[in-house]
Amino acid sequence: MATIEVVAPRQYVRGPRRGPITRLLEDERWLATCLMLPTVVLLGLFIAYPFVKGIMLSVTDTTVGVPGKFVGLANFEKIWNDDIFRLAVWNTCVYTFVTTVFKLALGLWLALLLNRHFRGKAFMRAFILLPFIIPTVLSTFAWKWMFDPTFSVLNYLLFHLGLIHGRINWLGDPVLAMISVIIVNVWRGVPFYAISLLAGLQTISPELHEAAAIDGARAWARFRHVTWPLLLPVTLVIVLFSVIQTFADFQLVYVLTGGGPANATQLFATYAYQLGIGTGLLSQGAAISLAIFPILLLVVIVQLVYIRRAETL
Amino acid sequence: MIEGAPWRRWIFFYVPVTGFVVALLFPFYWMIITTVRPDRELYRPWNAPNYAPFWTMHPTLDHVRDLLTTTLFSTWMLNTMIISLAATAISLFCGLLAGYALSRLKFPFAGMIGTGIFITYLVPQTLLFIPLSDIIRNFKLGDSPWALILTYPTFLIPFCTWLLMGYFKSIPKELEECARIDGATRWKAMLYIIFPVAIPGILSAGIFAFTLSWNEFIYALVFLSSPEQKTVPVGVTSELVRGDVFYWGELMAGALLGSIPVAFVYSFFVEYYVSGITGSVKG
Repeated sequence: MATIEVVAPRQYVRGPRRGPITRLLEDERWLATCLMLPTVVLLGLFIAYPFVKGIMLSVTDTTVGVPGKFVGLANFEKIWNDDIFRLAVWNTCVYTFVTTVFKLALGLWLALLLNRHFRGKAFMRAFILLPFIIPTVLSTFAWKWMFDPTFSVLNYLLFHLGLIHGRINWLGDPVLAMISVIIVNVWRGVPFYAISLLAGLQTISPELHEAAAIDGARAWARFRHVTWPLLLPVTLVIVLFSVIQTFADFQLVYVLTGGGPANATQLFATYAYQLGIGTGLLSQGAAISLAIFPILLLVVIVQLVYIRRAETL
Repeated sequence: MIEGAPWRRWIFFYVPVTGFVVALLFPFYWMIITTVRPDRELYRPWNAPNYAPFWTMHPTLDHVRDLLTTTLFSTWMLNTMIISLAATAISLFCGLLAGYALSRLKFPFAGMIGTGIFITYLVPQTLLFIPLSDIIRNFKLGDSPWALILTYPTFLIPFCTWLLMGYFKSIPKELEECARIDGATRWKAMLYIIFPVAIPGILSAGIFAFTLSWNEFIYALVFLSSPEQKTVPVGVTSELVRGDVFYWGELMAGALLGSIPVAFVYSFFVEYYVSGITGSVKG
């Protein structure tokens, strides 16, 4: 016979006294306000305020140390009629488009190569990311040295492979300079695309591939009808990030060519720097930087709409 | 694996993978070999008959020595380290609190603030550097590490918040509710229950934030002016190039040494870093 032990109910004990601050933090709204405060203050002070300030600067004729007066849209009119600005717009578009196409194609290829089991895979993945994590300015200097007209190792390589017969002046010729800048940007961006796409590929169940293979689909058909549609949403997000970063790129061009020769590689950001900081025309520089904004906004909206649609499919 | 004959495996796998690896890593090899190559070999035209680019018989550490003794390189390293660590700490602090609030608490304007943070995540530094330089000057922060310690979080916080929100959302609500039933306050439940569980996320965000701060260029270029205040990327760009003369040996030594802290942190936490990247795009 089991004995039933009767446990006397514990007497109700009041919790430890809580101070007024603790009680205030028990309220969800107050806690949330306190938690959001540092973030909102920092972002307000150094993102929202500069943004407003940038708009205000762009409608005055401020230069360094000289507070300007209101001039309306004169700065925008001036840059619109500026040949160098138009060239910078064109260059930025070419640069963004060409690099994005190459980064996506090569990144996808590399991701597909890495998406299988082989020895040393983790090791290789770690090394492949190096171009992306090493400070861009520092690795771009290595490229600048490789492109050096007199000491170029690339010329040596191409010459001994029989692909060229004379020297190539990589950074001195307008077209070649643009190609050089594009090469370095692609080199730096491919690892990011590859690793991100690889993460996307790994979420695709191998059973889908096996099912398609049983149904007789060859490798290309499997990629076209199974992998690609499933990879599309993550691809769009990656492209969105990359396009914005590339569009606003500065450091790579600043180090490699400084926008030259003869503005052949001048981008929005390098031109804004040259005018705003280099010559001290703050208001014109601010106007040029702001010209990035509508285009970025457009890219963001287009991409967000597409992503939402792709996700609801 | 590739199906079919071994030659298919070579064509479709080994050859392209080798090509990618060589192309992606060659510039780093070139950095190393330039650093240890003596000047008399370095400045030999590429079409000279004795140009032997891929190795050297006379390795030297002269360039490293010059870099450390005749330039302010070690000061720049220290500056960059302090600024990166401080900016990372501030961003993690803000990101943790904001990420928790946005993923767990209900409060007015939560959705609006969340969208706002997402948009600031997309704002590139090059959009705001000119008005920001004016603001920094007005706040009397110019040419001091504080200019960077306070502005770097603007592009790190959105990222940290976004990444940590994802982590917090994956932690079951019951865990927190249990603690609250046991008498923990909201604050304590957050501090002692939720944050420890999110440590992998905090590590990812921290490592990513550290490498991004180490990488940052345009703010450091615009806000700092005296040589002893500069960070590594800016110092190497502006002080190792005198006029039109490039000191390539020292430059490559600087590029190599300046990359080491990032590579070091990265090598220990590759998995966290990769999950940081993938987390940053998945959102």
